[in-house]
Amino acid sequence: MENKLPQKIKVGFPHLGNYWVGFKEIASMLDGEIIMPPPITRKTIEIGAKQSPETACVPYKYTIGNFLECLEKGANVLIQAGGTSCRYAYYGEVQEAALKKMGYDFIMIRFVAKKTSILKILLKFRKMNPKLSYYRMGKGFCLAYKKFEAVDKVEDFIRKNIGFEVKKGSFERTFSQFLKELDGVHELNLIRQVKDKYLEECLKIEINKPANPLRVGIIGEFYVTIESFSNFFIEKELGKRGVEVHRFVSITHELQNLIFSKQRTNKYLKIAKPYLKHHIGAHGTETIGIAIELIEKGFDGLIHIKPFGCVPEVSSMSMLHKISKDFKTPILYFSFDAQTSETGVKTRIEAFYDMLKMKKNKKHGNKTGNN
Amino acid sequence: MSNPVKIGIPRALLCHKYFVMWEEFFKTLGCQIVLSPETNQQILKEGLKLAVDESCLSLKILLGHAYYLKDKADVLFLPRIVSSHKGESTCVKLWALTDIVRNTIPGIEVIDYTVDFNEFKFESIEMFKVGWQFSKNPVKIIQAYLKGKEKLAEKHAKELKEQWELIKNNKKVKPSVLIVSHPYTTYDAYLGQPIINFLKLQGINVLLSDIVDHAKARKLVRNISTDMYWTYNKEIVGAIEYYKGHIDGILFLMTFPCGPDSLVIDLCQNKIKDIPIVVITLDELQAEAGLKTRLESFADILKMRKKKNGK
Repeated sequence: MENKLPQKIKVGFPHLGNYWVGFKEIASMLDGEIIMPPPITRKTIEIGAKQSPETACVPYKYTIGNFLECLEKGANVLIQAGGTSCRYAYYGEVQEAALKKMGYDFIMIRFVAKKTSILKILLKFRKMNPKLSYYRMGKGFCLAYKKFEAVDKVEDFIRKNIGFEVKKGSFERTFSQFLKELDGVHELNLIRQVKDKYLEECLKIEINKPANPLRVGIIGEFYVTIESFSNFFIEKELGKRGVEVHRFVSITHELQNLIFSKQRTNKYLKIAKPYLKHHIGAHGTETIGIAIELIEKGFDGLIHIKPFGCVPEVSSMSMLHKISKDFKTPILYFSFDAQTSETGVKTRIEAFYDMLKMKKNKKHGNKTGNN
Repeated sequence: MSNPVKIGIPRALLCHKYFVMWEEFFKTLGCQIVLSPETNQQILKEGLKLAVDESCLSLKILLGHAYYLKDKADVLFLPRIVSSHKGESTCVKLWALTDIVRNTIPGIEVIDYTVDFNEFKFESIEMFKVGWQFSKNPVKIIQAYLKGKEKLAEKHAKELKEQWELIKNNKKVKPSVLIVSHPYTTYDAYLGQPIINFLKLQGINVLLSDIVDHAKARKLVRNISTDMYWTYNKEIVGAIEYYKGHIDGILFLMTFPCGPDSLVIDLCQNKIKDIPIVVITLDELQAEAGLKTRLESFADILKMRKKKNGK
């Protein structure tokens, strides 16, 4: 970070699902122009994959693609963050070196959870923008957090109901309006108002939900679960078939993890006890704990998704195999890479759905419930 | 207990780094050690069958070894080293190791201990707890631990001295290549050893990255990377800085798909500009002919460079 500060700051950041509304709030603290990365497309992953080591996981490839697109648009400050024991924490430095070698000139602000305390983050921002007051900084982070929370709440409701809407597309329309409105407000109480308003509006949307629909839980790695482009809109695909989708990974959950990580890990370790003795890193323990929790709640099936080469999730697969066998609950495994084909994913989801449906019908047919 | 307990140690992963210590420790406590043989086709095949497809080759090999020991030993000894220094950790695969073995090979009994600096689990205390299972004599356990530690330090010092002698005796005739890889890749009979032997045949002075002053290497690594937090990667990449000026080429050996290595190597390739680098990724489908051609041409390039610079 020896580079001199540029005359006019133009901040860029990577995409992560619909959380850009919150990231924008953080980026705006630098008082510069905000360069929004264009929505992720095939091109993003293609240019990203070209600059990545082959065994780096897809989140690396997508985010470096985002950065390249931001830099093309003139960004000169990039923000990258990463945490816990996942190697994502190290991506910032590797990506910085790779992009600098390509000849781009920029400053990268890196947040590494292991080495950065909250104070250090604040100081970093102060260095970039000396005019920034601590009050504004605190407020900025609060606003961002509240926005993440709002997005999560509304998304969660939609995820559970989108499969049963009577008029196709009504949830999606409401959601895009919600994002637009959320983007425009910058006060805590206004954010709450927007959230409440749209939650109500979602409730008003007519749905036709059967009493006992198929329920599928999505578990797995953070990035590919949240960034729908990278998982080929798996939630939408399931929703279309009338499945109630539950997802547990979210950024609010992750941010709370910064404080409660130990308690959470211990909680999940207790649930996963017959299969797990120790914490296995990043979200691995959580994945297993949640899987057992969901199966006990009576979910019909689970989908485990991860980028290719994700070490903690691959470790957790050994236990998931055994859990799936012991509890007789199907788990579908997906591993995404830059070359994963969309048709392949769709076919497998279709087959999985058919299987779940048959299983459920059979169970209800003979009433014993032991199938 | 009339018969001594048979403790199985798979010759894979951390064993290559700490075996001397474990051997001394258990021998002093009066246990019998069963060490699995060098990796061979049969072991690899078993490992491939057991492991999840996407696991790294090193883990697959470990599972093969563990399976081999299943009936030959009473218990399997697999320590779990999470973090041995503040703010650092090891690869998460090593965190999950014992649980993976327990889940994939049913009916196996595993003894483990956790070293985790952040949770105040230190090696000495954890090893003591392991020792307590075999001997109820605390003095003997402490003795065993200290003896093991001493042996390990002796081995490191001896190897380091030998490596420096190798550099000095070379008198700048042969090009020196630093092999940057984890001990479990370097010393594995199936992965690293054939490559090292081949390079030696080509007239290369082979230096190993794990033979280094570990504390110094961990500090020196900052010249290359500031955010790196994997202890073992810090040690082996720090070796590049440690031996700077004495090496003519760097060979990265990586098992497919190693999580930390893939990033670290990419960073090194972008940051180290004055030394030729070759990266070799090893997987279970190794094609020997292609590998040999690459190594040969790398050796030739280095020899040519050496001649040019020498004149």
